[in-house]
Amino acid sequence: MTKEEMLFQYCLRMGDTHNVFAHRMGEWCTNGHILEEDIAMTNIALDHIGTARAWLIYGGEVENKGRTEDDLAFHRDERDYVNMLISELPNGNFAETIVRNFMFDAFSLLYYTELTKSSNETLAGIAQKVIKEAKYHLKHSANWMVRLGDGTEESHQKLQSAIDEIWRFTGNMFEMDDIDQSLSDSGIGVDCAQIKEQWMAVVMQTVSDAKVTIPENKYMLTGSKKGIHTEALGHMLAEMQSLARAYPDAKW
Amino acid sequence: MTEEQLEKNFQNRIDAEQKIEPREWMPEKYRKHLIRQISQHAHSEVIGMQPEGNWITRAPSMRAKMVLMAKVQDEAGHGLYLYSACETLGINRDELVEQLHTGKAKYASIFNYPTLTWADMGAVGWLVDGAAIVNQVSLQRTSYGPYARGMVKICKEESFHQRQGYEIMAQMAKGTDAQKKMAQDALDRFWWPSLMMFGPHDSDSPNSGNAIKWKIKRESNDVLRQRFIDKTIEQAELIGLTVPDPDLKWNEERQSYDWGEIDWDEFYEVINGNGLANRQRVAQHKKAHDQGAWVREAAKAYADKQKNKEV
Repeated sequence: MTKEEMLFQYCLRMGDTHNVFAHRMGEWCTNGHILEEDIAMTNIALDHIGTARAWLIYGGEVENKGRTEDDLAFHRDERDYVNMLISELPNGNFAETIVRNFMFDAFSLLYYTELTKSSNETLAGIAQKVIKEAKYHLKHSANWMVRLGDGTEESHQKLQSAIDEIWRFTGNMFEMDDIDQSLSDSGIGVDCAQIKEQWMAVVMQTVSDAKVTIPENKYMLTGSKKGIHTEALGHMLAEMQSLARAYPDAKW
Repeated sequence: MTEEQLEKNFQNRIDAEQKIEPREWMPEKYRKHLIRQISQHAHSEVIGMQPEGNWITRAPSMRAKMVLMAKVQDEAGHGLYLYSACETLGINRDELVEQLHTGKAKYASIFNYPTLTWADMGAVGWLVDGAAIVNQVSLQRTSYGPYARGMVKICKEESFHQRQGYEIMAQMAKGTDAQKKMAQDALDRFWWPSLMMFGPHDSDSPNSGNAIKWKIKRESNDVLRQRFIDKTIEQAELIGLTVPDPDLKWNEERQSYDWGEIDWDEFYEVINGNGLANRQRVAQHKKAHDQGAWVREAAKAYADKQKNKEV
């Protein structure tokens, strides 16, 4: 694999993750428990789609085969999608969304903070922009973690169940394969294994403030870097890509 | 001061184009009229998120998806300003939401029409927001201060939405045959309902009398509707779409378009609950609200605990 091919894959992984995240958060639109929260969640969706576009546009340039962000987002199949598993998890109830977001947001802030040091100027530029948003996302999800965990008995239980369910998808965020390792060694990508400890500290602090616990089962699910997903992704893509694929010659 | 004197002073202030502010004396009927109108407007913004939200997950490009989400988010923001403006009149948001759910409060009937193709995202922005702006520009001079100021803010964003909607239509009208067909079909379906948005003819409009006297409403339904028609016909022609009205004709003398008659039976049927989407719109809002009850309770319980800690 050439350096460009590796970088292209790297862009797809992050671009797909944010695109899929944006889609999930967009699904909350008109479903929030209060108008203010509807606005906040759509806002987060907008941030993610902006980030997805930055990665996919650059990915297309790196690949150098003339593919646009839309070619990459709307004309690739489930098995070609390499988003992190956690991003595709269905919204579920509000607690499930908050736990999913929180686990990722805590990762995202650390990841992009590291990425600002990238020797690749485009990636460092994306990181600079995303950090501000990631801070806000983390504040949003961490505050809700605590409110739900230390709210009512019902909200506490829902939050705990959500953590028990989602925890096994968190290890996937820190996996390093040959592509990640090579890009990290050459100062372009982030060594995610290195940020795991800090991530765990952030998570444990919030989990403690929220008066909940992380599960004892340490088994972590994997597969996203090889295009292996939960069944939820295929349904999401079927919907997301339906119009773009029905009229492939159309410009919108 | 007697009630009569208070009312006289109030009307003098209105006639002098002074804005009425929340804590000032106002006739009870004025307050009620405003609550009805502003809450209906707020609910329209919020229910109006649904027909467009219907296409977020199927938006055909990344840019289109971003623009659409930003737009729907703006509508939510408008709903929020308007609920706040309404709350200055001594009613709270829970009561307003309940009125929406029970059907006591209405919202713009246009949102009871379904959005069936992507071109509807264009038509809603271009025609529905376009019609709303004509009305709202006029409302920037409405006599109640918080409402007038809210309108100034909202108008800026709405005119942006109208341009975005028109851009979608223009793009599709010059696109593939399938896209052109979708664009024309969307115009065909949304044209008449957009004209209905201005309400009954002036001769049949029961709420206009006091509203004009109190300068809540600054111009009549028919005047506003004609203004919308005149500016929109040319926009349709410019992108090669045909407005579905065989009676449409430029009137040289009036310097305005003559046009056909609205199907008022359809208008009243849809207002009274018989549109394709009436039940779905309210049910969706109620479902989100009900499913979120435990979250609101949790947030309140947490806030109460924090307050007790401070004490």
